[in-house]
Amino acid sequence: MHVQQHTLTRQSVLYSEKIAEDVFILGFQKNFDFEPGQVVGISVEENGPRRLYSICSGKEEDHIAILYNVVDEGYLTPRLSSLFAGDSIWVTEPRGDFLYDPGPSFWIASGTGIAPFYSMLKSGNFDRKILLHGERHLEKFYFYDEFYDTLGHNYIRCCSGEEDPAVFHGRVTGYLRSLPSLPLHYKYYLCGRAEMVVETRDILIERDIPFNHIISEIYF
Amino acid sequence: MESLFGKTLDELRDVTVILGLPSYTAKQIADWLYGKHVFSIDDMTNLSLSARKQLKENYKFGTEACSKVQTSIDGTKKYLFNTSVNKYIETAYIPDSDRHTVCVSTQVGCKMGCLFCMTGKQGFQGNLTAGEILNQLHSIEESSRITNIVYMGMGEPLDNLEPVLKSLEILTSEWGYAMSPRRITVSTIGLLPAMREFLEKSEAHLAVSLHSPFEEERKMLMPVQQVYPLNEVLQEIRSWDFGKQRRVSFEYIMFRGLNDTPEHVKELTKILSGIRCRINLIRFHPIPDTPLDTSSDETISAFKDALNDKGITTTIRASRGEDIYAACGLLSTKKLLKKS
Ligand SMILES: Cc1cc2nc3c(=O)[nH]c(=O)nc-3n(C[C@H](O)[C@H](O)[C@H](O)COP(=O)(O)OP(=O)(O)OC[C@H]3O[C@@H](n4cnc5c(N)ncnc54)[C@H](O)[C@@H]3O)c2cc1C
Ligand code: SF4
Repeated sequence: MHVQQHTLTRQSVLYSEKIAEDVFILGFQKNFDFEPGQVVGISVEENGPRRLYSICSGKEEDHIAILYNVVDEGYLTPRLSSLFAGDSIWVTEPRGDFLYDPGPSFWIASGTGIAPFYSMLKSGNFDRKILLHGERHLEKFYFYDEFYDTLGHNYIRCCSGEEDPAVFHGRVTGYLRSLPSLPLHYKYYLCGRAEMVVETRDILIERDIPFNHIISEIYF
Repeated sequence: MESLFGKTLDELRDVTVILGLPSYTAKQIADWLYGKHVFSIDDMTNLSLSARKQLKENYKFGTEACSKVQTSIDGTKKYLFNTSVNKYIETAYIPDSDRHTVCVSTQVGCKMGCLFCMTGKQGFQGNLTAGEILNQLHSIEESSRITNIVYMGMGEPLDNLEPVLKSLEILTSEWGYAMSPRRITVSTIGLLPAMREFLEKSEAHLAVSLHSPFEEERKMLMPVQQVYPLNEVLQEIRSWDFGKQRRVSFEYIMFRGLNDTPEHVKELTKILSGIRCRINLIRFHPIPDTPLDTSSDETISAFKDALNDKGITTTIRASRGEDIYAACGLLSTKKLLKKS
């Protein structure tokens, strides 16, 4: 007898939208409640390989969305990108503890690591937040309008591959290094690939941020 | 060119079918690859000359000599190997009277980002193949003396599950290294779905990195706690029959003032109750710019006694190879990445 595996339920794809080169949003039916910041396991076959994705839609929305980028040699993402409305996917119930903190915080994301913060924003949770978002290309700041409308200048884009006067040229780590100091009483929520999370965490620790103020979600 | 080394018997059978060789050749090749200590197809002398020629035209043997060896004052050795992703990995050989342990890597770098780990600091550069995992025990000087294998080097073994399972099959099969699974330990930080599959498909021992019994604290040390919390990992472990042939142990690195208090002893006793297990306490080897500190020897010793008093078999793992950065949590090839 084993621990019950997280039950998979079959859900219908409602839409699949390519929003930038290799980046897609997939919307599907909602049959559970969740907390912004949680993830779901997704598979395209009932017993097929499953991967985790942060939920990228608001708590009160009538469907669930995820944001993903296609990994060329990957198993799941090329298959996800060929789905159409009406197709089926298998989804686990939500899990995870990378949740909203009402206190003052830095949200730091690279790539699709923006998803949990977008879910928080769409759920009306964004008070006293500064968001740093790192991308290689300008077109990938896909949620710019919504973040800018709510966070204003506290939404800081960092683009390493292209230049724009309104955008910091470099990575989020470069931006953090360029700041003379960082608030010690803030919490720092990091989300994305290991390289960004680990390097950012090192910088924060160098800047005397207590490590119990650093909360990381790694897209391993 | 594809490697023969690292292929299972079934895969070698496929090779013989593709090349039109007699089917019994597969077992002969397996014996040369794993049973005998040879390094080239030419050495497979019970194969016909034409079979060897065909193999050489289509496959390489597939082992890789080490690029560098360092020896510690305590006899521990650290080997450096190049890999197919053209990045380096490290392997530790730890002699201890008549026990000869090899600590193998399973990935170049690691994605898991544990706060206390040097490998985690280098990020992730690639997965090893089964052949590259096995090469770490096949291509070291002490290869014929190895008694134990621990999958505790660079990387999270269960994040590279398929090659790890394949390497275990080759190690424990009669046609392979014919080693007892009781001499092999695979460590994990608790990737739940992969751990479940490993427990189903292999009989090797399991070592789980625990490091704190408190959720919030473990989260600071190990981001994996966000998605695969320890209580779920322990619940899964409870459903397996450990403590007889197969063992589960918990690794616990001791950090001063963080996870070395009497409250931790109490909580560990609580969460591990009902699990027949052992705890290995490990002295923290500080890595550059770490905010963490090592518990004192006295604290570690008292912690051990307190756990033993509560009925949990607890030992202190001797630090080995610290002077050559081969000790637990210190393996890294980050500098070589920068150079290459
Ligand atoms: C908690 C969590 C949340 C996640 N949320 C998201 C999300 O919201 N959006 C999203 O796009 N992804 C997310 N991921 C990553 C996702 O789960 C998959 O790993 C990813 O989509 C690749 O799946 P795949 O099957 O296409 O590729 P795979 O078949 O898994 O991998 C193909 C190849 O790419 C390499 N690879 C895969 N991932 C990485 C990596 N991180 N770094 C370097 N190499 C890699 C593999 O080693 C392999 O060689 C999350 C992961 C975790 C653990
Ligand atoms: S402790 Fe293990 S899982 Fe954690 S970062 Fe280091 S190698 Fe990876």
